[in-house]
Amino acid sequence: MEFARHVAIILRKDLRSELRSKEAINASLSFALVILLLFNFAFDPSADETREMTGGLLWIVFAFAGTLILNRSFVRELPNDCLDGLIAAPISSAALFLGKAGANFVLVMAVELISLPIFGIFYNVRWAQQAWSLLLVLALTTWGLTVIGTIFSALTVNLRIRELMLPILVYPIMIPALLGAMEVTGPLIAGKALDGDLLTWVRLLVAFDIIFTALSVSLIDTVLVG
Amino acid sequence: MPAAVECAGVWKFYGDFPALRDISFEVPEGRCLALIGRNGAGKTTLLRILGGFSRPGRGEARILGSSPRETQARRRIGYLGHGISIYDELSALENLRLFAEMYGLRDANAAATGWLERTGLSHVKDGLVREFSRGMRQRLAVARAFLHGPTVLLLDEPFTALDDRAIALLQSLLADALREGSTIVMSTHQLREALELATDVALIQRGSVAHRGPRTAEMLADPGWLYRQYAEG
Repeated sequence: MEFARHVAIILRKDLRSELRSKEAINASLSFALVILLLFNFAFDPSADETREMTGGLLWIVFAFAGTLILNRSFVRELPNDCLDGLIAAPISSAALFLGKAGANFVLVMAVELISLPIFGIFYNVRWAQQAWSLLLVLALTTWGLTVIGTIFSALTVNLRIRELMLPILVYPIMIPALLGAMEVTGPLIAGKALDGDLLTWVRLLVAFDIIFTALSVSLIDTVLVG
Repeated sequence: MPAAVECAGVWKFYGDFPALRDISFEVPEGRCLALIGRNGAGKTTLLRILGGFSRPGRGEARILGSSPRETQARRRIGYLGHGISIYDELSALENLRLFAEMYGLRDANAAATGWLERTGLSHVKDGLVREFSRGMRQRLAVARAFLHGPTVLLLDEPFTALDDRAIALLQSLLADALREGSTIVMSTHQLREALELATDVALIQRGSVAHRGPRTAEMLADPGWLYRQYAEG
């Protein structure tokens, strides 16, 4: 119970800070929209090949836009040595991590949910035919991305080249989850139901999330305190 | 009864360089230890280990009998470091309420409001910290460190860069804390302010304890006396 309360305190604090400054969300959303627009020029939206690539296109945009939010997660704690205040407080590092990952999840999901309708307009796609299944895939993949992004944000926070290091560390580890998300998202946008082979990919996403959440929670204290 | 603060054979290495070398001391409850020493002597490293921000390479640090990383120890530690650990984009009240909630205070709002009054900041309680003057931010940091009623205070150069009002506030809070039986370990270069409050003094030189003992009349009369005794003056 106390653990959940601590997670909620950190989540609320990070969301409030971000909504006041809007630094990460503005950058991430602008980036996502610009890339969607550029892809629209680069690929003929009416071509069948492009429609087959929609899952890949979307997840490239979401992964790049997401890291802009994830980068800020622990950087937000640098001014005034705020991270010291959190480490000194009687909350577990796991609660601190899950609170931050939760806030990142909300922010990245917000960017994705705003980008989706715009993607639908640019590519003339009825993306909401399997809206609940699509939401499930978005949530599972985004949780994997935020968990890995948050732990590496903690690991790289004191590096001068952290903006460069975070994507270099995050994307290779994200390959299985991104691959699964790309394989499922395209058919879902095309209106195919979530069954058969697609469910196998969803199971992979669930397994990925469980493994990396458990690993991150068990490592975060070492990452923060040494 | 365990000592309030205890270091047993603490070493800390940065690469191959030993920043702390076999530090051992105890601070009984209700005492105030002033850690003095030149820049780079290892005072901040030692305080960060006691505060649970970093782990010793060898040896053990204990606060009230527990590891500093244990929740029960952290509940009883108040830490004031080089940074103020206050969020610029939150208001003064939101900042203190955040820490009150993290420390599990029953009425976080009342505790935060009380400390804003005590530090003379209640008139700006809803103002964002990024709009505060330096002195106001420092007073808010003091409130943040004392908010949860800590019984062990770890202070890293607490008087540095404070304005007169904040120094007076901090001195009165520390004197109250000592009267109430709290234990204080502070590193400082402001020898006069620190020695007035300290019951004990430790001189740290190149990562080792060169002197450890009660504060004496000579130290109070001549704050540089101890440095000269150990040929650092």
